[in-house]
Amino acid sequence: MDEYALIMRHEDGNKVASPEQIQVWMKQTMDWIGGIAAQNKFVSGTGLLFPDAKVVHHNKVVTNGPFGEIKETIGGFIVVKAESADEAAEFAKGCPVLQGDGNTMEVRRIAKRNDVH
Amino acid sequence: MKQQGLIPYLFRTEYRKIVAVLCKRFGFDQMETAEDIASDTFLTAAQTWSYNGAPPNPVAWLYNVAKNKAKTHLQRGVTFETKVAPQVITEADLGFENELDLSPQNINDSQLQMMFAICHPVIPPEAQIGLSLRILCGFGIDEIAEAFLSNKETINKRLFRAKEKLRQEKIKIEFPGALEIEERLETVLTTIYLLFSEGYYSVSQNQTLRKDLCLEAMRLCVMLTENESTNQPQVNALLSLMYFHSSRFEARMNRNGELVLYDEQDIRLWNNKLIGKGVYYFHEAARGDKLSRYHLEAGIAYWNTQKADTPEKWENILQLYNRLLQIAYSPVAALNRTYALAKANGKEQAIIEAEKLKLVNNQFYFALLGELYTGIDKGKALENFNTALSIAKTPADKRAMLRKIDQLI
Repeated sequence: MDEYALIMRHEDGNKVASPEQIQVWMKQTMDWIGGIAAQNKFVSGTGLLFPDAKVVHHNKVVTNGPFGEIKETIGGFIVVKAESADEAAEFAKGCPVLQGDGNTMEVRRIAKRNDVH
Repeated sequence: MKQQGLIPYLFRTEYRKIVAVLCKRFGFDQMETAEDIASDTFLTAAQTWSYNGAPPNPVAWLYNVAKNKAKTHLQRGVTFETKVAPQVITEADLGFENELDLSPQNINDSQLQMMFAICHPVIPPEAQIGLSLRILCGFGIDEIAEAFLSNKETINKRLFRAKEKLRQEKIKIEFPGALEIEERLETVLTTIYLLFSEGYYSVSQNQTLRKDLCLEAMRLCVMLTENESTNQPQVNALLSLMYFHSSRFEARMNRNGELVLYDEQDIRLWNNKLIGKGVYYFHEAARGDKLSRYHLEAGIAYWNTQKADTPEKWENILQLYNRLLQIAYSPVAALNRTYALAKANGKEQAIIEAEKLKLVNNQFYFALLGELYTGIDKGKALENFNTALSIAKTPADKRAMLRKIDQLI
């Protein structure tokens, strides 16, 4: 069994949700993660906060927020155990982030020590 | 107390103290000697008291006899060693060291140190529980055998191997260092929780024995809360959890020793005093910033003491299970989480999630599926209850499934 990162990609990180909406998403996210954990396939979860986010550019210029010309940003990721990338993708389908039009989930196998990367 | 009940009672309360102090004094090398001296003390008491009646202060009497027996044993050892290796024995060893310290402080310290020594990761969990019952709780081998649904020989062998291992690994009877205590406490708590569960969920029909196991687990946990270095949030959380569970002890068994399901329990049999204790320790557990699995389980157990079927209750239980499963997966927690999901989000969603669990060797998995399909798909409900019936282990579980099937047709 391999470990996969399920990365939540928001098409537009500038969108502001209402506190009620955020609460609904929080519950949906917790229920989604709980469902994976109930199958004993959950490894870890990492939420990424928007406030105070910085982008360091190749010329070492630092700008605020991950949102420049590109609005797309990462909201967080969880790590799961799965037999295959397909199984990991099945887990990803349940993520409430996908309710947002244009949002995507990226599924990436996590490199092991002896993997070439 | 009548003479007849006095010795068994004192055995239950004092044997473990004497053994702990003796073991602490002698070390694991002479653990059997410690047990022999403690047992011998009670034998002497039984013989003497049946002729002369019990002394005015029976506990002090027992301690004195134990002290004398220990002294005799040590002196014999000294005589032997003065002949064999006189150079290692100094005068100081003979005087002060021979006196057994049975002060309340030393009794408590010795018992706690024994707890850490016995609940050591070098021996398997069931041996830890067995030794705890024998050494920390003063249980007889036959009682331990009954609790484990095993026989005396198996238990004796298990305890013997465990003691051997403790000797080989040179485990010391002492408090772990400040850096180690967190980790070692974890093992102690696991053992205490297993001991409690052994009583709470055991298939043994002996109700008194089962309750005793639960009470002993709680007593050991209380001892940890009474010591400054072990009075940690997770210890209080576990104690709180056990109080919440034990509040339903009278309600969850009927007169025939059959399990009464939560929904069918007589709420008047729930013990509010114990619930109150649970709340007290839950508050104690909230000090500090640690969140252990016991905090989450105590939270769930708290909501289970609230009978009213409110959306708030089930949403809270669901979220606590969501978090619990992330740090401590177990099939039981996965099934209970799915039940809470049905209550909070509806059966349709719960069925989809339940089908993913695939716990196909678990009768309760099929019982849950049967429950979820009830009212939605009668055919599937029956199919699942029948599967649960076919793999159910105890007569009580089989009867429960037959009842469910009867209600459907």
